[in-house]
Amino acid sequence: MSRYSLASLVRHGLTGHRDWQPAWRDPEPKASYDAVIVGGGGHGLASAYYLAKNHGLNNIAVLEKGWLGGGNTGRNTTIVRSNYMLDGNAKFYEHGMKLWEGLSRDLNFNVMFSQRGVLNLAHSKGQLETFRRRGNAMRLNGIDAELLNRDQAAAFVPGMDVSRNVRFPVEGGLLQRRGGTARHDAVAWGYARGADQRGVDIIQNCEVTGIRRDQHGVTGLETNRGFIGAKKIGLAVAGHSTQLAAMAGVRLPIESHVLQAVVSEPVKPVLDTVVTFGAAHLYVSQSDKGELVMGGDIDGYNSFAQRGNLPVIEHFAACLVALFPQYSRLRILRNWGGIMDMTMDGSPIIGTTPVPGLFLNGGWCYGGFKATPASGWVFAHTIATGQPHALNAELSLDRFHTGRVLDEKGAGPYPWQH
Amino acid sequence: MKKVPGPIHGSTEGNNVMLLIPCPHCGLRDQTEFSYCGDATVTRPATPEDADDAAWIEYLYMRDNPKGPHDELWQHVHGCRQLLRVGRDVTNHEIKAEDPS
Repeated sequence: MSRYSLASLVRHGLTGHRDWQPAWRDPEPKASYDAVIVGGGGHGLASAYYLAKNHGLNNIAVLEKGWLGGGNTGRNTTIVRSNYMLDGNAKFYEHGMKLWEGLSRDLNFNVMFSQRGVLNLAHSKGQLETFRRRGNAMRLNGIDAELLNRDQAAAFVPGMDVSRNVRFPVEGGLLQRRGGTARHDAVAWGYARGADQRGVDIIQNCEVTGIRRDQHGVTGLETNRGFIGAKKIGLAVAGHSTQLAAMAGVRLPIESHVLQAVVSEPVKPVLDTVVTFGAAHLYVSQSDKGELVMGGDIDGYNSFAQRGNLPVIEHFAACLVALFPQYSRLRILRNWGGIMDMTMDGSPIIGTTPVPGLFLNGGWCYGGFKATPASGWVFAHTIATGQPHALNAELSLDRFHTGRVLDEKGAGPYPWQH
Repeated sequence: MKKVPGPIHGSTEGNNVMLLIPCPHCGLRDQTEFSYCGDATVTRPATPEDADDAAWIEYLYMRDNPKGPHDELWQHVHGCRQLLRVGRDVTNHEIKAEDPS
């Protein structure tokens, strides 16, 4: 498999770009593998990539029931940040941020990572103080954080309404300059290509229907393409974590909810950063195509339907026009929903399960996309060694048994509140 | 807690704006009048003083999270303020008539 470079682009240009090879193979599944990852989204592909690259495993497969990156990898709002307060989350996401910063080079695939900054706006003195606390916690963990006052926020986001005569005036905000956005599909494709180059079999249109186990642990998977033996199984299936874990008899502290996003019609460059509205909930950025990409809260009730209802869209659209009145005549081009596996404390679960050989990567709530590299990194370590990495030790499934939950918002065991 | 009468359907019946929830006191009302209160099948240990850790973990954290019919609680906070038990299919948002309890 050739490296992508300016030279290869010129060389293929000379032959009219007719000789590009597929970026990954389309192999038939083997009878068995040392390890099988279920789920061909960013997390599953990154896990396979780091299993091969960091741990030298190459007799492994990724099973995907549809096509690569066709689930939540292709449905998020592409925001990357590591602005977390609690240690268990902050160090993990910051490791991810550092991987993002070198990802295009590492993968030899342009993931279009753009560190345009992520600004969380505060709309009261009290909120600004809670942001100061989070910013200080971030700095103690070596993560960049800046507290902006109202004038600084206004200068950072030209065109934002910071006038006093509004319901939720902007008081300032917490800025992480190293945050930003990345091209979500490219993340899946880059990891897929890198994993494939290292011998990983990526098998699409392969739906897992059962997990076989004996008294020692897992033995393999029933799929629509026959039985596939596996000494180790890693689940990275987002909204269907409950269903896949149940195939091995494992119960999870997870509810599935729908999260919506929309894009506007494309316009010329108007917004060069990521802004979140703090009095209600909106996050908005502008894609390279010019569309404003935005979302808000989950719909707030259990759902496996990849579509939601209008009240949530109305909610974040109201936030948008409150903050940027000049966007009020933009029309929405597309809207969609993705199924979030919401945990009971709002933090993800990566680690071992009560079943030997079965590993879980799930419970991503809203935050899965930015975690993709870190998630793959520590999940690969967990699968290869059978023990969690230091960075995911606190993200274990048994924290719900020990009581060491990681509740960033302090919302309690109500998944729709996180 | 009153039983929900039926049959009345949710948002899949020609109305894709939002869920319509049948309140036994107020009739068919918009989802925005309600507050979601989660899985209705979760029950607190009957004798808390005798419940072990496993029972509390099951009550606090573990959920069936079914992909299909789901019994759930909604409170009509902007109406009669009653807590309702509603059967809804989470794959298509269809609200079922029968109270499954």
